[in-house]
Amino acid sequence: MSHSNWTANFLIQVSTNMTVTHIDIASVTLWQIESYAWQRFAELAVQQNLRWAAGWAEQIDKQFFINACFEKHGEYVLLRTIIDDSNPKLPSQATVYPAANRSERHTQDLFGIKFIGHPDSRRWTRHQAWIEKNYPLRKDFPLQGTPVGITPPDRDYPFIKAHGQGVYEIPVGPVHAGIIEPGHFRFQAVGELILNLEERLGYTHKGIEKIAEGREPESLARLAGRVSGDTTVGHCWAACMAMEQAAGIEIPARAALIRGILAERERVANHLGDIGAICNDVAFVFAQMQLTRLRELWLRTNATVFGHRLLMDTIVPGGVACDLSSASCALIKNDIAELRMELAEVILVLDLNSSLEDRLYTAGFLSEEIAAAFGTLGYVGRASGQDFDLRRDAPYAPYNRVTVKVALETQGDIASRFWVRYKEIRTALRLIENFIDQLAAGDLRGQWKTPLAGSEGLGIVEGWRGEIISYIRFDADNKIARFYPRDPSQLNWPALEKLVLNNIVPDFPVCNKSLNGSYSGNDL
Amino acid sequence: MNWLIAVLQTTLFVILAPLLAGWVKCCKCRLQNRKAPSVFQPYRDLLKLTYKQPVVSEQASWLFIKAPYIIFSATVLAATVVPLIAVDLPTSATADVIVMVGFFAFARFFLALAGLDVGTAFGGMGSSREMTISSLAEPAMLMAIFTLTMAASTTNLSFAIAHVLNEGLVLRPSFVFALAALILVAIAETGRIPVDNPATHLELTMIHEAMILEYSGRHLALIEWASQLKLMLYGVLIANIFFPWGIAETLSLEAFGYGLLAIMGKLAVLAMFLAIAETLVAKMRLFRVQEYLSFAYLLGLLGMLSHIILEASR
Repeated sequence: MSHSNWTANFLIQVSTNMTVTHIDIASVTLWQIESYAWQRFAELAVQQNLRWAAGWAEQIDKQFFINACFEKHGEYVLLRTIIDDSNPKLPSQATVYPAANRSERHTQDLFGIKFIGHPDSRRWTRHQAWIEKNYPLRKDFPLQGTPVGITPPDRDYPFIKAHGQGVYEIPVGPVHAGIIEPGHFRFQAVGELILNLEERLGYTHKGIEKIAEGREPESLARLAGRVSGDTTVGHCWAACMAMEQAAGIEIPARAALIRGILAERERVANHLGDIGAICNDVAFVFAQMQLTRLRELWLRTNATVFGHRLLMDTIVPGGVACDLSSASCALIKNDIAELRMELAEVILVLDLNSSLEDRLYTAGFLSEEIAAAFGTLGYVGRASGQDFDLRRDAPYAPYNRVTVKVALETQGDIASRFWVRYKEIRTALRLIENFIDQLAAGDLRGQWKTPLAGSEGLGIVEGWRGEIISYIRFDADNKIARFYPRDPSQLNWPALEKLVLNNIVPDFPVCNKSLNGSYSGNDL
Repeated sequence: MNWLIAVLQTTLFVILAPLLAGWVKCCKCRLQNRKAPSVFQPYRDLLKLTYKQPVVSEQASWLFIKAPYIIFSATVLAATVVPLIAVDLPTSATADVIVMVGFFAFARFFLALAGLDVGTAFGGMGSSREMTISSLAEPAMLMAIFTLTMAASTTNLSFAIAHVLNEGLVLRPSFVFALAALILVAIAETGRIPVDNPATHLELTMIHEAMILEYSGRHLALIEWASQLKLMLYGVLIANIFFPWGIAETLSLEAFGYGLLAIMGKLAVLAMFLAIAETLVAKMRLFRVQEYLSFAYLLGLLGMLSHIILEASR
């Protein structure tokens, strides 16, 4: 494609503005710049329509390495700057990229790095668990933390206020009535109309980044599989891909195909559950019952074939931990045929139901511009015209052996997110069949090589919620120095604050469900 | 003796209400391809709740604690007005339909106050929504009822039913309109889909449930029981006014038995229709409820007009 070498042109443009050091690590393009140019780079990048994809920091000796990951046309650039650890600060990119907002606040809370000019300098991941000037991701902070008993409640977070006649506030959560994760939503409303919604997350902060330090690859893969329970395959794969990159090993073809099958099975299971849950939130219980049943049957096959309903720990560094016998392949194919038939029937019922249509169409509208500005991913982005799917645009094994049809809708409403999910299920079913057909005898696991101290890897895979970015740096002796997983929810959550505007309060739950962000994946 | 029967009839109302709720749930479960809980499950739930200690917010006033008793009593009083198995009881002198609507409004008033009392956002939201809906539902309901009472020339339910029985099976356009209007109002007033969802856990979408979120223990049991009673009241109202056949006109044991069987049969069929309707449609957007209730009002009005134009001259 003609646009494939935008990086070269862009590098020339950027170099006239600042000094850029080009470093090659594994397969990632790494540009290092001075910290004062951090914001300037973002300004240049946004002019070229680069997407801000991830941001994280790490401490090495007396220095902080600050990273930001950009993407365009499926090509990634890792931007890095190094600052001194005494009075660490640098210009914010969040002024240019709203997507970087929470990520920079996360870094600020956990490292104590100040982002100058940040539009919202309130704490984010930091609730009341750490005393002031105590930054848990710094190396001098003990791995087991400094437990002070029960964390006190986070009472005085400065929420945005609204004033005026008839304006009132609705606090919802963090504990909800359903069996879902904790998160707080603060509404400002007039009558039933939502004026503003503010999310307050961080209640499921588990210290994933900290407890990853010092782990061996096997153990890290298990941890990555628990970043967000519903995306265990996605995160595990991304982390393993990063580690394999750092170690410089290739996984066997058979392992790659099985990984593809696992990831697509995870996608199907979650989309089935989501479609049902969206209908349940508008009190159309029939759909939820049917789709929960289909999902359950699907998960039972997972248990029979792979030994775990949610496929945890099936992906390991260097390959996969489970094999597919020909009997299992037949079972899976048989399952797919049945699911296709049943799903077609159920979807027809939903499609023809006018009361459902009335609820789902036009509600929760997310415009293409906002979706692009926040860098929304997966079905949320694709329902608002963001035509991006790693499986097609930056294919990794095994997706480089197939053509992936990307489901795209442009209406940006709940119905669009519903239909993108349905189309993705159909694509995923075809992909699984395709992968099974291509399975040839071979190894399941490559030989692990201990990576050199300081070697890095960036694993990028298309999870069921969208692009997952996983960064890993190794220490000496096969130990992990830094692990940062960027769940797609981190970029999708802010879109929820925008898409509920002009909706009424009782429509919020279905708007939220149509986006279905992960709390755990966001909070880390 | 007659008073005893009247008391017994009300007791029957109170006792059978959870059974009806259980039956609706059972029908819904079957329609969703699920195994249904026993039809007696609502009794067990009520019993369980009465064993539990109610938890009351520190901010709650006396009103919050008294409200469940007031709501339950008012609903029971409304039940005394509606003929269940027999028409010619001593309570029929007071069996005025406007009295019944008044009792409902009384109960609702206290429910809405209780929702506001503890000062949670959900309670206030629920109360506000409930009052909006009821201000639209009550006129529609009265309009439907007036159509009937014009035909019978009385607002007394007992006499109206007796009138319909005497007339025999006549197809009246006004009754068809009034029936449709009353069904729509009943769905809104009892908080069923598509107006409200009694089974939801999503606080922000609730109407009735949002007001009672803070209730627990025996307080909750009373409110739950009252809403089950209300569902049954509307069911009986529809069943006995439009299809009164089978109701006991003489005070004999045989007639009562027959009347009881008839009303249970009618309610069972009505409940099945309710379950089917709830399975077929999603909940409507909150701001569609006014259109829905305006439509009910319009039907009531059409019923009255068609009575005046087509039936009154005869």
